Amino acid sequence: MSRLRVEPRVTESVIAQYLVPVVAIVLTLLSGTVLFTFLGKAPSAVLYTFLIEPLTSRFGIGEVLLKMAPLLLIAQGLAIGFRARVWNIGAEGQLIIGGIFASVIAIHYNESESTWILPAMVFAGMLGGIFWASIAAYLRVRFNANEILVTFMLSSVALQILYFLVTGPLRDPDGFNFPQSVVFADSALFGVLIEGTRANTSLLIGLTLSVLAYVFIRHSLPGFKLSVSGAAPRAARYAGFAESQAIWLGLIIGGAAAGLAGVGEVAGPIGQLQRTISPGYGFAGIIVAFLGGLHPIGICLAAFFMAILYVGGDMALISVGIPNAATTIFQGMLLIFYLASYLFVHYRISFQGRAAAT
Amino acid sequence: MTETLIFICAGTMAAATPILFAAMGELVVERTGVLNLSIEGMMATGAAAAFAVATVYESSLLGFAVATISAGLLSVVFATLTLIFLANQVAAGLAVGILGLGVSALIGKKHEGFTIEPLKSVDWGFLSDIPVVGRILFQHDFVLYAGILLIAIVWFVLTRTKLGLIIKAVGEAPEAAHAIGYPVILIRFLAVFFGGAMAGLGGAYLTLAYTPLWAEGLVAGRGWIAVALVVFGSWRAHRVALGAYLFGAISLLELSIQGLGLAIPSQVLSAAPYVMTIVILVLISRDARQIRLNSPASLGVTYRHQS
Repeated sequence: MSRLRVEPRVTESVIAQYLVPVVAIVLTLLSGTVLFTFLGKAPSAVLYTFLIEPLTSRFGIGEVLLKMAPLLLIAQGLAIGFRARVWNIGAEGQLIIGGIFASVIAIHYNESESTWILPAMVFAGMLGGIFWASIAAYLRVRFNANEILVTFMLSSVALQILYFLVTGPLRDPDGFNFPQSVVFADSALFGVLIEGTRANTSLLIGLTLSVLAYVFIRHSLPGFKLSVSGAAPRAARYAGFAESQAIWLGLIIGGAAAGLAGVGEVAGPIGQLQRTISPGYGFAGIIVAFLGGLHPIGICLAAFFMAILYVGGDMALISVGIPNAATTIFQGMLLIFYLASYLFVHYRISFQGRAAAT
Repeated sequence: MTETLIFICAGTMAAATPILFAAMGELVVERTGVLNLSIEGMMATGAAAAFAVATVYESSLLGFAVATISAGLLSVVFATLTLIFLANQVAAGLAVGILGLGVSALIGKKHEGFTIEPLKSVDWGFLSDIPVVGRILFQHDFVLYAGILLIAIVWFVLTRTKLGLIIKAVGEAPEAAHAIGYPVILIRFLAVFFGGAMAGLGGAYLTLAYTPLWAEGLVAGRGWIAVALVVFGSWRAHRVALGAYLFGAISLLELSIQGLGLAIPSQVLSAAPYVMTIVILVLISRDARQIRLNSPASLGVTYRHQS
């Protein structure tokens, strides 16, 4: 009798590493198509609206770039922590606090036309994200409190803080009691990147950060230490790399990037502070980070793809009547198929005919 | 005043039940060495599926059954990923959790805005008529009592039976358990399925008895609190259960404080359970040695047969 066996590879398969995200995307699209065919939608229409339609118009491409900006920022930041196995799953909360910090400046100096407003907001948003992530880092380093649970709980707390602020202290006094702040002045908004679209210059921050992330991982000592802490914790300890340093660095970088993403939202497409400033970018960023193989270049591609899914999801809601939940389901499936196919990076399937028969 | 107290005590039991089911399930899963972070998604799927079935077929019992099966199926995805495809348990938990949230939104969409008849209370005869105590303890539905029974069963199995010993052996030293002939992967697989089914039941209790309606985001972090409670309870059934009731009480804070007429912003009260979770985690985890002693030694570590 012959049987299949899973055997460890001596070295990681490089080809498999490149193939894994592709396989994950193909399998997700296949399963998604099957699912929505089952729900009575034409498979071709589903695939077209999700993947092609966002890229067929200037508006669509602008929307994709608009949504790519926060995903790119968050994923680049998170990936650096994930490499060190620092599990920050609270980017959503860090984004919210970053958005709030930036908004406070925009609201306070609403009359000002100074060119320093936007840079100040960017700085404040980054500090906000760092502040929120630092709480988790401190509690983990000082009290050993699990950062996965703490960062998630802090996200829920951040959302309540946002609700409180937009219904009270930061609410527009002339806004008929709507839970939102004043509309920001032009000096507090990112410039438009491509004429005729909503894509704004915050994408440039994301791209700059991607380059910095590449340099950080490849050419800096702290970046190297982080990677070793993740890949071989015992070796890292033996070499004297402090675990607490990895936790602080991983969370602070993730928080800063998520905070920046928050600025990009309030000073971008939203243009004010309101109850919803992110459609779950913080969680989608986790998937983008993995799908990009925790590598800066891969993450750029993955963020672009995920942004297409977001825009495609919005379009599918209108043109094919597919509920918004589809985007979330696709996100979950992407990571599931990614993790499943990743087995083949470290292992190979061997077919043992004779050996098992004897 | 007595009225408020009775209301709080009785309400605590109901509010605790969804978290109790999920936490008891997760306790068993973690005891076998697997960290399942997708509880939130499984609860949501159970909640939506149960509500959809209950509104269409007008049967709560069928709702609970379907919730158990659908969340159980999700847990099979998680088990396959982590136990067969050897995926990192944290990442796999996030992935399946997100899928669960998406599936729940898809299922629940059509049923938003409906309400159903909540479960009927069990008739305890004269017990229900005892003043104060009767109203706190003996005027609930049968699923709430099943939750209490579950505490006893999990406690008994883990501390007094051979099955409990096997479960703990698998969680403490999977290689050793494998060496003496226990099917480590199969035991973990079944435990994960049990955990998923219990999370589904907990979710179903939310929509069929506690609220009783479905809205997206209804689970509101209860699944994550359940995971935190297992740490809080130092991986022991009775302590985890105690934690669940504590959180039931905290989540009632909002209603009771409003009842007292105190002017505290509602957002402060809504944030209370999450802040409390953090505080409790900090207090419990402070002693790193104690956590290492109590937590299953192989928790979160991928295991592969070295055959």
